Amino acid sequence: MKNYAMVVDYQYCTGCHACELACRNEKGLPLDEWGIKVTQYGPAVIQGEVMWDYVPVPSSACDLCIERIEAGNVPSCQLHCLAACIKVLPVEETAQALREYGDKTAVFVP
Amino acid sequence: MAEEKWKTGTENDYWVRSCAWSAPGCHPVGCGIKLHVVDGKLVEVKGDEEHPITQGRLCVRCLTLPEYVNHPDRIIYPMRRAKEDRGLDKWERITWDEAVDEIVERTEALQAEYGRETVIVFGGTGREGTLYGPAFASAVFRTPYYVYAMSGQACYGPRNMTAASIYGSIGYPEIDIAAWSPERYDDPEFTLPELIVCWGKDPLPSNPDGFFGHAVIDMMQRGSKCIMIDPRITWLGSRCEMVLQVRPGTDTALAMAVCNIIISEKLYDEQLVEKWVYGFDEFAERVATMTPEHAAEICQIPVEQIYAFARRYATAKPASIAWGLAFDQQFTGTQAGMCVMAMIFMTGNMDVPGGNTCGAGHRGFLGKWRVETQSCLPPGQFANRIGKEEYPLFNHRMFSASPDSFLEHFENDEPTKFRMGFFSSSNPVSPSNNNDPDRWYKMFKERFEFVVVTDTFMNPTAMACADIFLPLSTFAEHNGLVQPYYGGNMQYMGAINKAVTVGEAKSDVEIMLLLGRRLNPEAHPWATAEEFFEDHCFTQLGQHFSDIQDDVVYQLPYYYKKYEQGKMRGDGYPGWNSPTAMVEFRSSYLEDFGEDPLPYFKECPYAPVDDAPLHDERYPLSLTTGMRKYTSFHSEHRMIKSLREIDPWPWVEISPETAEEYGIVDGGWVTIENMFGKCNMQAHVQANIKPGVVVASHGWWFPEQEADEPNLYGNWKANINRLLPNRLCSPLGFGSIHDNMCCTIRPATSLEDGVELPCFPDIPQPYPHMGLIRDATNIDEPGTKVAAYDHYPQEHAKACE
Repeated sequence: MKNYAMVVDYQYCTGCHACELACRNEKGLPLDEWGIKVTQYGPAVIQGEVMWDYVPVPSSACDLCIERIEAGNVPSCQLHCLAACIKVLPVEETAQALREYGDKTAVFVP
Repeated sequence: MAEEKWKTGTENDYWVRSCAWSAPGCHPVGCGIKLHVVDGKLVEVKGDEEHPITQGRLCVRCLTLPEYVNHPDRIIYPMRRAKEDRGLDKWERITWDEAVDEIVERTEALQAEYGRETVIVFGGTGREGTLYGPAFASAVFRTPYYVYAMSGQACYGPRNMTAASIYGSIGYPEIDIAAWSPERYDDPEFTLPELIVCWGKDPLPSNPDGFFGHAVIDMMQRGSKCIMIDPRITWLGSRCEMVLQVRPGTDTALAMAVCNIIISEKLYDEQLVEKWVYGFDEFAERVATMTPEHAAEICQIPVEQIYAFARRYATAKPASIAWGLAFDQQFTGTQAGMCVMAMIFMTGNMDVPGGNTCGAGHRGFLGKWRVETQSCLPPGQFANRIGKEEYPLFNHRMFSASPDSFLEHFENDEPTKFRMGFFSSSNPVSPSNNNDPDRWYKMFKERFEFVVVTDTFMNPTAMACADIFLPLSTFAEHNGLVQPYYGGNMQYMGAINKAVTVGEAKSDVEIMLLLGRRLNPEAHPWATAEEFFEDHCFTQLGQHFSDIQDDVVYQLPYYYKKYEQGKMRGDGYPGWNSPTAMVEFRSSYLEDFGEDPLPYFKECPYAPVDDAPLHDERYPLSLTTGMRKYTSFHSEHRMIKSLREIDPWPWVEISPETAEEYGIVDGGWVTIENMFGKCNMQAHVQANIKPGVVVASHGWWFPEQEADEPNLYGNWKANINRLLPNRLCSPLGFGSIHDNMCCTIRPATSLEDGVELPCFPDIPQPYPHMGLIRDATNIDEPGTKVAAYDHYPQEHAKACE
């Protein structure tokens, strides 16, 4: 179990793919491999309304950029995320973040 | 190690702080970027947390910059090809000296025989070349013909013209994101908008004209609400409190009805209107002709939405409207823009914190220089360009000659005067911007004796017709300046700081000086690009270029309610720059040039409705194009594997209902066709698209395919612009119908299915719509002519003191 977790406020994830390429750059991953991948549900009609969510999901290559965090930086996906909707936090602080973000929030411990 | 503050590290391993522009193409946002160079090679990029606008964030196009910069297919040396080998991949490397000598020699010989105007400089959209193209024409080649060959220059220019027609200044009103403040949204001078309206604009993937699109998300996270007007429910639409899914090309009907509601329900600021609006009563009378019920029928939306939107916008304080490219790309888009300008002003949202900002009367500092380079031409030549009779306002106000007039003149000019083409960052035979690409392609092939292209990669236009290819540097490889909105409504500038050298690539300014100092030395006193920028920065801004480079971002002070303080007008009087010094809801400027001074709605002649005069039942669907993804900038980035991995093929979005009706399956190939042409794309069947609407991508060619003609990198297979004719611009020559055409669709077997190469058939000329364009105005209809102005600037200005 890691000491950090990734909190995604996916109410605001715009599906821009910046996290995917920022991570690939950081980790030196080849084509077809991703450290984080934007999943998509929608545009679909749910109960008469168009619903459209993107949720970035870290892969097994994601170590939450612990080295960057320890050096005083934020993880690469968090730095570059155009919507500023990814945060890597100490596990203890995630509950507070969930309360602040409200609906459409996900927590990952990859 | 160098002394520059923007560079840190050792000689062989260092970081450079810079602002992004081009190449590769983007609009001038100037996103903050840090470039890591090891042993002379760009190895990685990171976002710059200290940049006040982007704060570390970068999109996928910047995140893949090293892949672009170091790409094995990049052209990094000057290349030459024999004229008889045009269309074939038979290039040889030459030196810059050889390239410049040949260009100078050929230019001088052709100009001696046919006149200086034998050279046409073609410019594209968005890149840094957009700033320098007009000067390449007037100062380097001393020709009046800079041609932005997109029908009606249907990108940015028309909205600026609309703004100028209403309040006299270039630089259309943009939503306030406190870009002028280091503290941004926390600045006490700023107010968070209660409501942001995104109208015909999807700012997130497009960063339009220098607007950092995700600022909308920043403000929503802080509490702003959003309303969108778009035939699609985009992702942003899914986060809006309301989406008005109008039929493409009907925004004017909606906008008139909204103004009608705001006025009839007295939801506007009466004191403000009394003091500052010219022609309000006539405007009110005109918009009253568009009832919300009628607009609802035209737009195909529920009338309740129109009422709800009008009341919500008029009562939200403050509220801002981001009005987008759709206003430039529909038949009566100018008129929709007139209504939006009126909405912003009469509700008290113009030039206030959290509303819409507007630029003062002056242009960005390089704008002034660009205008001044016209003095290199013989007196009167610029004003006498082709198109001046048909489109006098366009000719008067735009750096480009009217592309619609120009193409026809070009085709009919036998023997031609135009023998040389210089393409500056423009790929017009691909579906980047030009309508009728087959016609332009034919002219390029048949008329030009000598063609020079500047770019980073080989592209279909260069492969088809270039004789000399000059390698352009990316923004990582040169010094320069980013000017958001090309200087128009600009609140900061960014320094482009050179990090690395790749081959022998040069920037637009370096190429301009190299050629200019040979062809017209008097107009090019600067030995280097840095001298050029220092001269302009110091004389126009009182700043040293090197200081701006050190600071990386230079934010300009912004003043709200400039018109009350004498900060809009050059003469220092209060008021606006319009002929009446007021905000002209009835535009005297438009009237002077022969257009109806009040807004009106007309269908595009080919729209798939009975009211359209050239409606053809074979093409019952609305066609709208040009929507953006994060992974490309118009026809660029198709060779970047990391980006093609995300968006591999040309896409067309249709609703499940329409897909079923036409037998289309999600992921299958589709032929899109109308009376002008056809192309193939892959279907994305999506529930967010309005039924009956076809949303087709643009900018597609296939660098991985055979370069040689006739294939030309597959240029003709997914070329949506083959469905868009020239000359569907406004009566004044502005705007086009990229968002407002008709088509049908059917299943196809592949990208190649039924593709026709340009065979230069006898396209019926003139097009059937030609005679209808002048009829589009209401100017000669009874009761629309009004007496001369009843206000004059000086009197009004004095009255306001």
